[in-house]
Amino acid sequence: MNPSAPPPRREVRHRAPLVLVAPALLALGFLLLPLVGLLQRAPWSDLGPLLGEPIVTDALRLSVLSATAATVLSLAVGVPLAWLLARVPFRGRSVVRALVLLPMVLPPVVGGAALLFALGRRGLVGEPLHEATGFLLPYSTWGVVAANAFVAMPFLVVTVESGLRGADRRLEDAAATLGAGRWTVLRRVTLPGALPAVLAGAALCWARALGEFGATVTFAGNLQGRTQTLPLAVYLALESDREAAIALSLVLVAASLAVLIPLRDRWMR
Amino acid sequence: MPRSRPLVLVVACALPALTGACGGGEAGDADELVVLAAASLTDAFGELGEVFEDQRGVAVTFSFGGSSSLREQILEGSPADVFASASPGPMADLVEAGAVGDPVTFATNRLQIVVPAGNPGGVRDLGDLARDELLVGRCAPEVPCGEVARRVLEEAGVDAAPDTEEPDVRALLVKVAEGELDAGLVYVTDVRSAGDRVEGIDLDEAGATTDYQMAVVAGSARSGLASEFVSLVRSRRGQQVLQSYGFSEP
Repeated sequence: MNPSAPPPRREVRHRAPLVLVAPALLALGFLLLPLVGLLQRAPWSDLGPLLGEPIVTDALRLSVLSATAATVLSLAVGVPLAWLLARVPFRGRSVVRALVLLPMVLPPVVGGAALLFALGRRGLVGEPLHEATGFLLPYSTWGVVAANAFVAMPFLVVTVESGLRGADRRLEDAAATLGAGRWTVLRRVTLPGALPAVLAGAALCWARALGEFGATVTFAGNLQGRTQTLPLAVYLALESDREAAIALSLVLVAASLAVLIPLRDRWMR
Repeated sequence: MPRSRPLVLVVACALPALTGACGGGEAGDADELVVLAAASLTDAFGELGEVFEDQRGVAVTFSFGGSSSLREQILEGSPADVFASASPGPMADLVEAGAVGDPVTFATNRLQIVVPAGNPGGVRDLGDLARDELLVGRCAPEVPCGEVARRVLEEAGVDAAPDTEEPDVRALLVKVAEGELDAGLVYVTDVRSAGDRVEGIDLDEAGATTDYQMAVVAGSARSGLASEFVSLVRSRRGQQVLQSYGFSEP
Protein backbone atom coordinates (compact mmCIF):
# COMPACT_ATOMS: atom_id res chain seq x y z
CA MET A 1 0.00 0.00 0.00
CA ASN A 2 3.01 2.25 0.43
CA PRO A 3 5.80 1.93 -2.13
CA SER A 4 8.02 4.49 -0.38
CA ALA A 5 8.03 2.57 2.88
CA PRO A 6 11.30 0.90 3.84
CA PRO A 7 11.58 -2.77 2.88
CA PRO A 8 9.74 -4.95 5.41
CA ARG A 9 11.87 -5.56 8.46
CA ARG A 10 12.90 -9.20 8.86
CA GLU A 11 10.71 -10.65 11.54
CA VAL A 12 12.84 -11.54 14.50
CA ARG A 13 11.29 -14.43 16.35
CA HIS A 14 11.27 -13.88 20.03
CA ARG A 15 8.60 -14.40 22.60
CA ALA A 16 5.80 -11.88 22.49
CA PRO A 17 5.34 -10.08 25.81
CA LEU A 18 2.44 -11.48 27.80
CA VAL A 19 1.23 -7.99 28.64
CA LEU A 20 0.26 -7.60 24.96
CA VAL A 21 -0.69 -11.17 24.15
CA ALA A 22 -3.27 -11.46 26.91
CA PRO A 23 -5.43 -8.44 25.87
CA ALA A 24 -4.88 -9.35 22.22
CA LEU A 25 -6.32 -12.81 22.79
CA LEU A 26 -9.17 -11.25 24.75
CA ALA A 27 -9.96 -8.96 21.81
CA LEU A 28 -9.79 -11.87 19.38
CA GLY A 29 -12.04 -13.97 21.59
CA PHE A 30 -14.55 -11.15 21.88
CA LEU A 31 -14.67 -10.69 18.11
CA LEU A 32 -14.89 -14.40 17.35
CA LEU A 33 -17.32 -15.53 20.04
CA PRO A 34 -20.48 -14.35 18.22
CA LEU A 35 -19.28 -16.16 15.11
CA VAL A 36 -18.86 -19.34 17.15
CA GLY A 37 -22.36 -18.81 18.51
CA LEU A 38 -23.66 -18.61 14.96
CA LEU A 39 -21.77 -21.71 13.81
CA GLN A 40 -22.88 -23.72 16.81
CA ARG A 41 -26.56 -23.05 16.00
CA ALA A 42 -26.14 -23.78 12.29
CA PRO A 43 -28.52 -26.44 10.94
CA TRP A 44 -25.68 -28.23 9.12
CA SER A 45 -27.72 -31.22 7.92
CA ASP A 46 -30.51 -29.08 6.43
CA LEU A 47 -28.15 -26.50 4.97
CA GLY A 48 -28.37 -27.76 1.39
CA PRO A 49 -32.17 -27.62 1.03
CA LEU A 50 -32.37 -24.33 2.98
CA LEU A 51 -29.86 -22.64 0.68
CA GLY A 52 -31.75 -23.90 -2.37
CA GLU A 53 -34.97 -22.07 -1.41
CA PRO A 54 -35.97 -19.39 -3.97
CA ILE A 55 -36.03 -16.72 -1.25
CA VAL A 56 -32.35 -17.48 -0.53
CA THR A 57 -31.17 -17.71 -4.13
CA ASP A 58 -33.09 -14.54 -5.06
CA ALA A 59 -31.54 -12.64 -2.15
CA LEU A 60 -28.05 -13.96 -2.86
CA ARG A 61 -28.26 -13.04 -6.54
CA LEU A 62 -29.56 -9.57 -5.73
CA SER A 63 -26.92 -9.01 -3.04
CA VAL A 64 -24.00 -9.98 -5.27
CA LEU A 65 -25.43 -7.98 -8.17
CA SER A 66 -26.08 -4.79 -6.20
CA ALA A 67 -22.82 -4.94 -4.21
CA THR A 68 -20.90 -5.37 -7.47
CA ALA A 69 -22.78 -2.54 -9.19
CA ALA A 70 -22.19 -0.29 -6.18
CA THR A 71 -18.47 -1.13 -6.25
CA VAL A 72 -18.18 -0.39 -9.99
CA LEU A 73 -20.00 2.91 -9.44
CA SER A 74 -17.72 3.72 -6.51
CA LEU A 75 -14.62 2.95 -8.56
CA ALA A 76 -15.78 5.19 -11.40
CA VAL A 77 -16.32 8.27 -9.23
CA GLY A 78 -14.65 7.39 -5.92
CA VAL A 79 -11.09 6.95 -7.24
CA PRO A 80 -11.10 10.42 -8.86
CA LEU A 81 -12.47 11.82 -5.60
CA ALA A 82 -9.68 10.12 -3.63
CA TRP A 83 -7.12 11.54 -6.07
CA LEU A 84 -8.58 15.03 -5.64
CA LEU A 85 -8.42 14.77 -1.85
CA ALA A 86 -4.87 13.40 -1.88
CA ARG A 87 -3.29 15.55 -4.57
CA VAL A 88 -5.11 18.86 -4.94
CA PRO A 89 -4.81 21.30 -2.04
CA PHE A 90 -7.90 23.48 -1.75
CA ARG A 91 -9.63 25.48 0.93
CA GLY A 92 -11.84 23.42 3.18
CA ARG A 93 -10.31 20.13 2.10
CA SER A 94 -10.48 18.69 5.61
CA VAL A 95 -14.17 19.59 5.81
CA VAL A 96 -14.83 17.91 2.46
CA ARG A 97 -12.92 14.83 3.62
CA ALA A 98 -15.00 14.66 6.81
CA LEU A 99 -18.21 14.98 4.78
CA VAL A 100 -17.08 12.17 2.48
CA LEU A 101 -16.41 9.90 5.46
CA LEU A 102 -19.71 10.75 7.17
CA PRO A 103 -21.68 7.80 5.71
CA MET A 104 -19.16 5.46 7.39
CA VAL A 105 -20.12 6.59 10.87
CA LEU A 106 -23.73 7.67 10.33
CA PRO A 107 -26.34 5.13 11.42
CA PRO A 108 -27.30 3.54 8.08
CA VAL A 109 -31.00 4.09 8.79
CA VAL A 110 -30.30 7.82 8.96
CA GLY A 111 -28.45 7.52 5.65
CA GLY A 112 -31.46 5.76 4.13
CA ALA A 113 -33.87 8.44 5.36
CA ALA A 114 -31.55 11.16 4.02
CA LEU A 115 -31.46 9.39 0.65
CA LEU A 116 -35.26 9.29 0.68
CA PHE A 117 -35.47 13.04 1.38
CA ALA A 118 -33.05 13.68 -1.49
CA LEU A 119 -33.89 11.05 -4.10
CA GLY A 120 -37.33 9.77 -3.06
CA ARG A 121 -40.56 10.52 -4.92
CA ARG A 122 -41.03 13.64 -2.78
CA GLY A 123 -37.28 14.27 -2.53
CA LEU A 124 -35.26 17.36 -3.38
CA VAL A 125 -33.92 15.87 -6.62
CA GLY A 126 -36.16 12.82 -6.79
CA GLU A 127 -39.42 14.76 -7.25
CA PRO A 128 -38.40 16.82 -10.34
CA LEU A 129 -36.68 13.74 -11.74
CA HIS A 130 -39.80 11.61 -11.26
CA GLU A 131 -42.05 14.26 -12.78
CA ALA A 132 -39.82 14.75 -15.81
CA THR A 133 -38.94 11.13 -16.59
CA GLY A 134 -41.12 8.88 -14.44
CA PHE A 135 -37.93 7.36 -13.05
CA LEU A 136 -38.08 6.31 -9.40
CA LEU A 137 -35.15 4.97 -7.36
CA PRO A 138 -36.99 3.68 -4.26
CA TYR A 139 -38.55 0.19 -4.53
CA SER A 140 -36.18 -0.65 -7.39
CA THR A 141 -32.90 -2.57 -7.60
CA TRP A 142 -31.22 0.72 -8.57
CA GLY A 143 -32.37 2.06 -5.23
CA VAL A 144 -30.53 -0.81 -3.53
CA VAL A 145 -27.40 0.02 -5.56
CA ALA A 146 -27.70 3.69 -4.55
CA ALA A 147 -28.04 2.83 -0.85
CA ASN A 148 -25.09 0.42 -1.07
CA ALA A 149 -22.90 2.95 -2.85
CA PHE A 150 -23.78 5.70 -0.39
CA VAL A 151 -22.71 3.61 2.60
CA ALA A 152 -19.77 1.71 1.04
CA MET A 153 -18.06 4.26 -1.24
CA PRO A 154 -16.27 6.07 1.62
CA PHE A 155 -14.41 2.82 2.41
CA LEU A 156 -12.97 2.91 -1.12
CA VAL A 157 -12.22 6.64 -1.02
CA VAL A 158 -10.42 6.53 2.33
CA THR A 159 -8.31 3.51 1.32
CA VAL A 160 -7.30 4.90 -2.08
CA GLU A 161 -6.61 8.34 -0.65
CA SER A 162 -4.31 6.96 2.02
CA GLY A 163 -2.57 4.86 -0.66
CA LEU A 164 -2.01 7.93 -2.83
CA ARG A 165 -0.74 10.00 0.07
CA GLY A 166 1.72 7.29 1.03
CA ALA A 167 3.03 7.02 -2.55
CA ASP A 168 6.42 8.51 -3.44
CA ARG A 169 5.69 11.81 -5.19
CA ARG A 170 9.27 11.89 -6.51
CA LEU A 171 8.38 9.17 -9.02
CA GLU A 172 5.69 11.41 -10.48
CA ASP A 173 8.04 14.39 -10.45
CA ALA A 174 10.74 12.35 -12.19
CA ALA A 175 8.30 11.22 -14.88
CA ALA A 176 7.18 14.82 -15.43
CA THR A 177 10.81 16.00 -15.61
CA LEU A 178 11.46 13.35 -18.25
CA GLY A 179 8.72 14.89 -20.36
CA ALA A 180 5.60 12.89 -19.49
CA GLY A 181 2.38 14.89 -19.65
CA ARG A 182 -0.05 15.02 -16.69
CA TRP A 183 -2.32 12.37 -18.18
CA THR A 184 0.62 10.04 -18.88
CA VAL A 185 1.94 10.50 -15.33
CA LEU A 186 -1.49 9.67 -13.93
CA ARG A 187 -1.95 6.64 -16.17
CA ARG A 188 1.60 5.21 -16.11
CA VAL A 189 2.90 6.18 -12.66
CA THR A 190 0.23 7.29 -10.19
CA LEU A 191 -2.49 4.73 -10.87
CA PRO A 192 -0.22 1.65 -11.11
CA GLY A 193 1.38 2.73 -7.84
CA ALA A 194 -2.04 3.06 -6.23
CA LEU A 195 -3.37 -0.22 -7.64
CA PRO A 196 -2.97 -2.23 -4.42
CA ALA A 197 -4.88 0.46 -2.54
CA VAL A 198 -7.58 0.54 -5.24
CA LEU A 199 -8.00 -3.23 -5.04
CA ALA A 200 -8.08 -3.17 -1.24
CA GLY A 201 -10.58 -0.31 -1.30
CA ALA A 202 -12.77 -2.09 -3.83
CA ALA A 203 -12.77 -5.27 -1.70
CA LEU A 204 -13.71 -3.35 1.47
CA CYS A 205 -16.38 -1.46 -0.44
CA TRP A 206 -17.86 -4.67 -1.87
CA ALA A 207 -17.89 -6.43 1.50
CA ARG A 208 -19.51 -3.44 3.21
CA ALA A 209 -22.13 -3.19 0.45
CA LEU A 210 -22.88 -6.90 0.80
CA GLY A 211 -23.71 -6.46 4.49
CA GLU A 212 -25.74 -3.26 4.04
CA PHE A 213 -29.08 -3.32 5.82
CA GLY A 214 -30.36 -0.06 7.31
CA ALA A 215 -29.98 2.31 4.38
CA THR A 216 -31.28 -0.30 1.94
CA VAL A 217 -34.48 -1.11 3.79
CA THR A 218 -35.21 2.54 4.58
CA PHE A 219 -34.57 3.85 1.08
CA ALA A 220 -35.34 0.96 -1.26
CA GLY A 221 -37.84 -1.06 0.80
CA ASN A 222 -38.07 -4.84 0.85
CA LEU A 223 -39.47 -7.06 -1.89
CA GLN A 224 -38.24 -10.52 -2.81
CA GLY A 225 -36.38 -10.56 -6.13
CA ARG A 226 -36.35 -6.77 -6.49
CA THR A 227 -35.00 -5.14 -3.34
CA GLN A 228 -34.64 -7.94 -0.77
CA THR A 229 -30.89 -8.45 -0.25
CA LEU A 230 -29.38 -11.14 2.00
CA PRO A 231 -29.23 -8.98 5.14
CA LEU A 232 -32.92 -8.06 4.72
CA ALA A 233 -33.83 -11.71 4.20
CA VAL A 234 -31.84 -12.63 7.33
CA TYR A 235 -33.62 -9.98 9.40
CA LEU A 236 -37.07 -11.17 8.33
CA ALA A 237 -36.17 -14.84 8.61
CA LEU A 238 -35.16 -14.21 12.24
CA GLU A 239 -38.81 -13.32 12.84
CA SER A 240 -40.17 -16.58 11.54
CA ASP A 241 -37.58 -19.23 10.70
CA ARG A 242 -34.41 -19.09 12.76
CA GLU A 243 -32.70 -21.97 10.96
CA ALA A 244 -33.13 -20.25 7.60
CA ALA A 245 -31.82 -17.02 9.15
CA ILE A 246 -28.66 -18.77 10.37
CA ALA A 247 -28.14 -20.49 7.02
CA LEU A 248 -28.41 -17.10 5.27
CA SER A 249 -26.00 -15.55 7.77
CA LEU A 250 -23.45 -18.27 7.03
CA VAL A 251 -23.60 -17.37 3.34
CA LEU A 252 -22.91 -13.73 4.21
CA VAL A 253 -20.03 -14.63 6.52
CA ALA A 254 -18.48 -16.94 3.92
CA ALA A 255 -18.76 -14.39 1.11
CA SER A 256 -17.30 -11.62 3.26
CA LEU A 257 -14.40 -13.76 4.46
CA ALA A 258 -13.66 -14.85 0.90
CA VAL A 259 -13.06 -11.19 0.06
CA LEU A 260 -11.39 -10.09 3.30
CA ILE A 261 -8.88 -12.93 3.81
CA PRO A 262 -6.79 -12.36 0.65
CA LEU A 263 -7.01 -8.62 1.32
CA ARG A 264 -4.93 -8.78 4.45
CA ASP A 265 -1.81 -10.45 3.08
CA ARG A 266 -1.72 -9.35 -0.48
CA TRP A 267 -2.75 -5.73 -0.38
CA MET A 268 -2.28 -4.50 3.16
CA ARG A 269 1.33 -4.19 4.06
CA MET B 1 -3.09 9.58 11.08
CA PRO B 2 -1.35 9.24 7.70
CA ARG B 3 -1.50 5.49 7.39
CA SER B 4 -4.74 4.18 8.74
CA ARG B 5 -5.75 0.58 8.92
CA PRO B 6 -9.17 0.41 7.37
CA LEU B 7 -9.38 -3.34 7.75
CA VAL B 8 -9.76 -3.20 11.51
CA LEU B 9 -12.45 -0.63 11.05
CA VAL B 10 -14.39 -2.56 8.48
CA VAL B 11 -14.45 -5.75 10.51
CA ALA B 12 -15.70 -3.85 13.53
CA CYS B 13 -18.45 -2.28 11.44
CA ALA B 14 -19.41 -5.33 9.42
CA LEU B 15 -19.93 -7.96 12.09
CA PRO B 16 -23.06 -6.49 13.70
CA ALA B 17 -24.52 -6.07 10.22
CA LEU B 18 -23.74 -9.67 9.33
CA THR B 19 -25.29 -11.21 12.38
CA GLY B 20 -28.39 -9.03 12.21
CA ALA B 21 -29.03 -6.46 14.87
CA CYS B 22 -31.01 -7.74 17.82
CA GLY B 23 -31.41 -5.79 21.02
CA GLY B 24 -31.67 -7.73 24.24
CA GLY B 25 -33.18 -6.90 27.61
CA GLU B 26 -30.77 -6.50 30.50
CA ALA B 27 -31.05 -8.18 33.86
CA GLY B 28 -33.31 -6.18 36.15
CA ASP B 29 -32.90 -5.01 39.74
CA ALA B 30 -34.95 -6.51 42.52
CA ASP B 31 -37.42 -3.61 42.54
CA GLU B 32 -38.10 -3.19 38.87
CA LEU B 33 -40.44 -4.98 36.56
CA VAL B 34 -39.21 -5.90 33.06
CA VAL B 35 -41.97 -5.84 30.43
CA LEU B 36 -41.36 -6.97 26.85
CA ALA B 37 -44.12 -5.54 24.68
CA ALA B 38 -45.07 -5.18 21.01
CA ALA B 39 -43.82 -1.94 19.45
CA SER B 40 -47.39 -0.74 18.82
CA LEU B 41 -47.90 -0.59 22.62
CA THR B 42 -45.01 1.88 23.11
CA ASP B 43 -47.08 4.96 23.95
CA ALA B 44 -49.96 3.29 25.82
CA PHE B 45 -47.73 1.07 27.98
CA GLY B 46 -45.35 3.97 28.62
CA GLU B 47 -48.25 5.81 30.23
CA LEU B 48 -49.42 2.73 32.14
CA GLY B 49 -45.87 2.17 33.39
CA GLU B 50 -45.96 5.58 35.05
CA VAL B 51 -49.34 4.76 36.62
CA PHE B 52 -47.89 1.50 37.96
CA GLU B 53 -44.83 3.29 39.38
CA ASP B 54 -47.07 5.80 41.14
CA GLN B 55 -49.30 3.07 42.57
CA ARG B 56 -46.70 0.48 43.53
CA GLY B 57 -43.42 2.39 43.83
CA VAL B 58 -41.82 -0.12 41.47
CA ALA B 59 -40.06 1.03 38.33
CA VAL B 60 -41.18 -0.59 35.08
CA THR B 61 -38.56 -1.14 32.39
CA PHE B 62 -39.96 -1.67 28.91
CA SER B 63 -38.36 -3.28 25.92
CA PHE B 64 -40.51 -2.64 22.86
CA GLY B 65 -39.99 -4.56 19.64
CA GLY B 66 -41.57 -6.84 17.08
CA SER B 67 -43.61 -9.54 18.85
CA SER B 68 -41.70 -12.29 17.04
CA SER B 69 -38.26 -10.98 18.01
CA LEU B 70 -39.44 -10.55 21.61
CA ARG B 71 -40.58 -14.18 21.50
CA GLU B 72 -37.04 -15.14 20.41
CA GLN B 73 -35.56 -13.14 23.30
CA ILE B 74 -37.74 -14.95 25.82
CA LEU B 75 -36.90 -18.34 24.29
CA GLU B 76 -33.20 -17.40 24.56
CA GLY B 77 -33.70 -16.75 28.27
CA SER B 78 -33.67 -12.94 28.38
CA PRO B 79 -34.77 -11.89 31.86
CA ALA B 80 -38.35 -10.64 31.65
CA ASP B 81 -41.46 -10.63 33.84
CA VAL B 82 -44.29 -9.83 31.43
CA PHE B 83 -44.75 -10.38 27.69
CA ALA B 84 -47.37 -8.54 25.62
CA SER B 85 -47.84 -9.72 22.04
CA ALA B 86 -49.52 -7.96 19.11
CA SER B 87 -50.90 -11.27 17.83
CA PRO B 88 -51.76 -14.67 19.30
CA GLY B 89 -49.11 -16.51 17.21
CA PRO B 90 -45.91 -15.67 19.14
CA MET B 91 -47.77 -16.10 22.44
CA ALA B 92 -49.00 -19.57 21.42
CA ASP B 93 -45.42 -20.61 20.64
CA LEU B 94 -44.29 -19.51 24.11
CA VAL B 95 -47.19 -21.27 25.84
CA GLU B 96 -46.29 -24.44 23.98
CA ALA B 97 -42.65 -24.08 25.06
CA GLY B 98 -43.74 -23.58 28.68
CA ALA B 99 -42.04 -20.18 28.71
CA VAL B 100 -45.08 -18.17 29.86
CA GLY B 101 -48.18 -18.65 32.01
CA ASP B 102 -51.80 -18.51 30.81
CA PRO B 103 -52.25 -15.62 28.34
CA VAL B 104 -55.17 -13.16 28.47
CA THR B 105 -56.52 -11.04 25.64
CA PHE B 106 -56.37 -7.45 26.91
CA ALA B 107 -57.10 -5.37 23.80
CA THR B 108 -57.83 -5.52 20.10
CA ASN B 109 -56.55 -3.48 17.22
CA ARG B 110 -57.84 -3.12 13.67
CA LEU B 111 -56.08 -2.82 10.37
CA GLN B 112 -56.82 0.32 8.36
CA ILE B 113 -55.77 1.60 4.96
CA VAL B 114 -53.39 4.47 5.61
CA VAL B 115 -52.84 7.21 3.01
CA PRO B 116 -50.84 10.45 3.10
CA ALA B 117 -52.76 13.57 4.16
CA GLY B 118 -54.99 14.68 1.29
CA ASN B 119 -55.06 11.15 -0.14
CA PRO B 120 -53.15 12.04 -3.36
CA GLY B 121 -53.76 8.57 -4.81
CA GLY B 122 -57.54 8.85 -4.39
CA VAL B 123 -57.73 5.54 -2.50
CA ARG B 124 -61.22 4.55 -1.30
CA ASP B 125 -61.17 0.84 -0.53
CA LEU B 126 -59.05 -2.30 -0.61
CA GLY B 127 -59.71 -2.74 -4.33
CA ASP B 128 -57.71 0.42 -5.03
CA LEU B 129 -54.60 -1.25 -3.62
CA ALA B 130 -54.46 -3.34 -6.80
CA ARG B 131 -54.15 -0.24 -9.00
CA ASP B 132 -50.86 -0.43 -10.87
CA GLU B 133 -50.06 3.28 -10.91
CA LEU B 134 -50.12 3.53 -7.12
CA LEU B 135 -47.16 2.81 -4.83
CA VAL B 136 -48.51 0.45 -2.20
CA GLY B 137 -46.76 -1.05 0.83
CA ARG B 138 -47.61 -3.54 3.51
CA CYS B 139 -45.79 -5.41 6.26
CA ALA B 140 -43.72 -8.47 5.39
CA PRO B 141 -45.66 -11.74 5.86
CA GLU B 142 -43.19 -12.76 8.60
CA VAL B 143 -44.46 -10.08 11.01
CA PRO B 144 -47.98 -9.86 12.55
CA CYS B 145 -49.21 -6.80 10.62
CA GLY B 146 -48.23 -8.53 7.38
CA GLU B 147 -50.06 -11.68 8.44
CA VAL B 148 -53.24 -9.70 9.11
CA ALA B 149 -52.84 -7.77 5.84
CA ARG B 150 -52.64 -10.98 3.85
CA ARG B 151 -55.68 -12.38 5.66
CA VAL B 152 -57.72 -9.25 4.94
CA LEU B 153 -56.75 -9.07 1.26
CA GLU B 154 -57.61 -12.74 0.84
CA GLU B 155 -60.98 -12.22 2.54
CA ALA B 156 -61.72 -9.29 0.21
CA GLY B 157 -60.51 -11.23 -2.82
CA VAL B 158 -58.05 -8.47 -3.76
CA ASP B 159 -54.88 -9.53 -5.54
CA ALA B 160 -52.61 -6.57 -4.84
CA ALA B 161 -48.90 -6.90 -5.56
CA PRO B 162 -47.10 -4.58 -3.11
CA ASP B 163 -44.15 -2.38 -4.06
CA THR B 164 -42.52 -3.06 -0.72
CA GLU B 165 -43.00 -5.38 2.26
CA GLU B 166 -41.66 -3.46 5.24
CA PRO B 167 -40.07 -5.32 8.16
CA ASP B 168 -42.20 -3.47 10.71
CA VAL B 169 -45.32 -1.37 10.85
CA ARG B 170 -43.61 1.88 11.89
CA ALA B 171 -41.26 1.76 8.89
CA LEU B 172 -44.31 1.40 6.64
CA LEU B 173 -46.11 4.25 8.38
CA VAL B 174 -43.13 6.60 7.91
CA LYS B 175 -43.01 5.91 4.17
CA VAL B 176 -46.73 6.70 3.82
CA ALA B 177 -46.48 9.82 6.01
CA GLU B 178 -43.57 11.07 3.85
CA GLY B 179 -45.65 10.53 0.71
CA GLU B 180 -43.21 7.92 -0.61
CA LEU B 181 -46.11 5.45 -0.73
CA ASP B 182 -49.72 6.15 -1.78
CA ALA B 183 -51.23 3.61 0.56
CA GLY B 184 -50.38 0.98 3.14
CA LEU B 185 -52.08 -1.33 5.61
CA VAL B 186 -51.34 -0.49 9.25
CA TYR B 187 -53.19 -0.56 12.58
CA VAL B 188 -55.68 2.08 13.68
CA THR B 189 -53.34 2.93 16.57
CA ASP B 190 -50.50 3.67 14.14
CA VAL B 191 -52.71 5.95 12.05
CA ARG B 192 -53.66 7.83 15.20
CA SER B 193 -50.04 8.16 16.34
CA ALA B 194 -49.03 9.79 13.04
CA GLY B 195 -51.46 12.66 13.66
CA ASP B 196 -52.61 14.76 10.69
CA ARG B 197 -49.79 13.66 8.39
CA VAL B 198 -51.89 10.65 7.37
CA GLU B 199 -55.54 9.61 6.98
CA GLY B 200 -57.08 6.26 7.86
CA ILE B 201 -59.76 4.41 5.91
CA ASP B 202 -61.83 1.81 7.80
CA LEU B 203 -62.07 -1.78 6.61
CA ASP B 204 -65.23 -3.90 6.86
CA GLU B 205 -63.45 -7.24 6.75
CA ALA B 206 -63.79 -9.30 9.94
CA GLY B 207 -60.22 -10.51 9.64
CA ALA B 208 -58.92 -6.97 10.10
CA THR B 209 -59.19 -7.30 13.88
CA THR B 210 -56.29 -8.74 15.81
CA ASP B 211 -56.08 -9.78 19.47
CA TYR B 212 -53.37 -8.45 21.81
CA GLN B 213 -52.42 -10.94 24.50
CA MET B 214 -50.23 -10.75 27.58
CA ALA B 215 -48.86 -13.26 30.07
CA VAL B 216 -46.48 -13.54 33.01
CA VAL B 217 -43.16 -15.05 31.97
CA ALA B 218 -42.41 -18.44 33.59
CA GLY B 219 -39.52 -18.20 36.00
CA SER B 220 -40.11 -14.52 36.73
CA ALA B 221 -38.70 -13.70 40.15
CA ARG B 222 -41.42 -11.07 40.57
CA SER B 223 -44.45 -12.98 39.34
CA GLY B 224 -46.70 -11.34 41.97
CA LEU B 225 -45.84 -7.87 40.73
CA ALA B 226 -46.05 -9.09 37.14
CA SER B 227 -49.65 -10.28 37.74
CA GLU B 228 -50.47 -6.90 39.25
CA PHE B 229 -49.23 -5.17 36.10
CA VAL B 230 -51.43 -7.47 33.99
CA SER B 231 -54.37 -6.59 36.25
CA LEU B 232 -53.67 -2.88 35.85
CA VAL B 233 -53.74 -3.21 32.06
CA ARG B 234 -57.09 -5.04 32.26
CA SER B 235 -58.58 -2.64 34.81
CA ARG B 236 -60.96 0.18 33.89
CA ARG B 237 -58.10 2.67 34.13
CA GLY B 238 -55.86 0.54 31.94
CA GLN B 239 -58.56 0.12 29.29
CA GLN B 240 -59.19 3.88 29.25
CA VAL B 241 -55.52 4.53 28.56
CA LEU B 242 -55.45 1.89 25.80
CA GLN B 243 -58.58 3.32 24.18
CA SER B 244 -57.13 6.81 24.20
CA TYR B 245 -54.48 5.44 21.82
CA GLY B 246 -57.01 3.75 19.54
CA PHE B 247 -57.16 0.21 20.96
CA SER B 248 -60.53 -1.44 21.58
CA GLU B 249 -61.75 -3.57 24.45
CA PRO B 250 -61.58 -7.31 23.71
